[in-house]
Amino acid sequence: MSERAAILPPVRPDFERRTLDARNIGEIERPLPLLERLTNITALRRFLLLVLLAVIWQAYAAWLDNPLIFPTFADTLAALVKGFLSGELVSRTATSIKVLLMGYAAGVALAAVLTGFAVSTRIGTDLLATLTAMFNPLPAIALLPLGLLWFGLGNPSLIFVLIHSVLWAVSLNTFSGFLAVSQTLRMAGHNYGLSGIGYVTRILVPAALPAILTGLKVGWAFAWRTLIAAELVFGVSSGSGGLGWFIYENKNELETANVFAGLFTVIIIGLLVEGVVFRAVENATVRKWGMQQ
Amino acid sequence: MAVTAALHSSPPVPAEPLLEVEGVTLQYKTKHHLVTATYRVGFRVYRGDRFILLGPSGCGKSTLLKGVGGFLKPVEGSIRLNGKAIERPGPDRMMVFQEFDQLLPWKTVKQNVMFPMLASRRCSAREAAERAMSYIAKVGLDRFCDVYPHMLSGGMKQRVAIARAMAMEPEILLMDEPFAALDALTRRKMQDELLQLWDDVRFTVLFVTHSIEEAIIVGNRILVLSPHPGQMKAEINSIAGDAAEALERRIHGMLFTEETEHAGEPS
Repeated sequence: MSERAAILPPVRPDFERRTLDARNIGEIERPLPLLERLTNITALRRFLLLVLLAVIWQAYAAWLDNPLIFPTFADTLAALVKGFLSGELVSRTATSIKVLLMGYAAGVALAAVLTGFAVSTRIGTDLLATLTAMFNPLPAIALLPLGLLWFGLGNPSLIFVLIHSVLWAVSLNTFSGFLAVSQTLRMAGHNYGLSGIGYVTRILVPAALPAILTGLKVGWAFAWRTLIAAELVFGVSSGSGGLGWFIYENKNELETANVFAGLFTVIIIGLLVEGVVFRAVENATVRKWGMQQ
Repeated sequence: MAVTAALHSSPPVPAEPLLEVEGVTLQYKTKHHLVTATYRVGFRVYRGDRFILLGPSGCGKSTLLKGVGGFLKPVEGSIRLNGKAIERPGPDRMMVFQEFDQLLPWKTVKQNVMFPMLASRRCSAREAAERAMSYIAKVGLDRFCDVYPHMLSGGMKQRVAIARAMAMEPEILLMDEPFAALDALTRRKMQDELLQLWDDVRFTVLFVTHSIEEAIIVGNRILVLSPHPGQMKAEINSIAGDAAEALERRIHGMLFTEETEHAGEPS
């Protein structure tokens, strides 16, 4: 111990100096090599992956040589282009999307009412918690028989199951988003004299927007797959069916390439909504505001 | 505000206190306890005061500020602003919080400053914009008026929050440790800026802090509170210059020596 106590750092003189002009130091930043910059683009990497998958598909299908079971990628693409050019796929898609949007809008509106009620009263909170716990795990398609019984064959029963698939996902996310709004923001809102509807729309909704958007995205995905499944079950109403029915019909006629083309369309629309519509909304809101990276 | 500024050169005590807090006991509930945060605290704030609530954590100073803000009702005693009892939160008592997330992230700096004026329907949109720009300039952020809060540093965010509160020209500003989350250098700078602003605008502020140094720098009158529950220990005039160090030692002594009167003694 005594030996250690004797150790003292040396006393050094002070100094002051001017920092150099950074321009004279030389290279401060240098662009990365082209290949590294290219591989840093997520979209490009994913596109290359898709190309690879398509090549594997084409090779396997060509080797299998059984277009009834597994058409080649080229055949599928041709069927897709033909379907779109003839207008059949377009009109089928339009039918599906029209029903989807009606159900989606109704579901979101109901979710707004339900969460508005939940956020303003305790009994509303309990109601929302109980209902979502009960109905969220229930697959929407399981309600289709009931919908058919109540509303008959046609769009109303489709909308019924769509509402079910959207409502709980959106309500649950919106409400948990509201709960996560920081105490400081809440107090700031009250401090300005905001209360009731004004407080919800001007403080809670924008502050919970990341969670609300997640709810809307999940709701959209649920609704889309529910719709296609429901159309597969009974499909046709008033002459022209939707995409699900298109797939089902073509399976019956053993037009397997068309089945694939129908599935492709389902995927493409899902990707477009997720990657273009929702992404644009996110870029204009939560990303711009720094609430989401 | 301009009138009080003119009066301030000769310092007779104004007859009417702006804020009167009398015998206020505040309690709040946690999940398992009912906590008494302050016990029979009273003080008066006059126009132009930089009134400090100083004390260690647990002395109920922030709770007291929330009480004045109208977020909490006293169990006994009364809080009156201009003679009227405080019932609910309102834009005549603008708060500045410690947390950086008090700004609305979906609004730009300028929109943030305008928002309370518009939300409380105090001003027309044009007047709000003018006032917002003038106060943003006062805190030196004119170049950043169209920037979203997430692009600002902590100190800049607090400046926006101060501009936002001051642009409302409230009766009294309530500041809850606004500089506590800043680094020491920025904090020092912000304290000076706040004093400059006070010289300029002559607002009234009730300022909560746990730093003795900050209390002496920022305040003109300091209420020292003891913890668990918060009770008044002293009310002191702040001094600048060489005497400040002695004052700091005196307050330090007050806060760190235990001397409690026995309960039940007549007060």
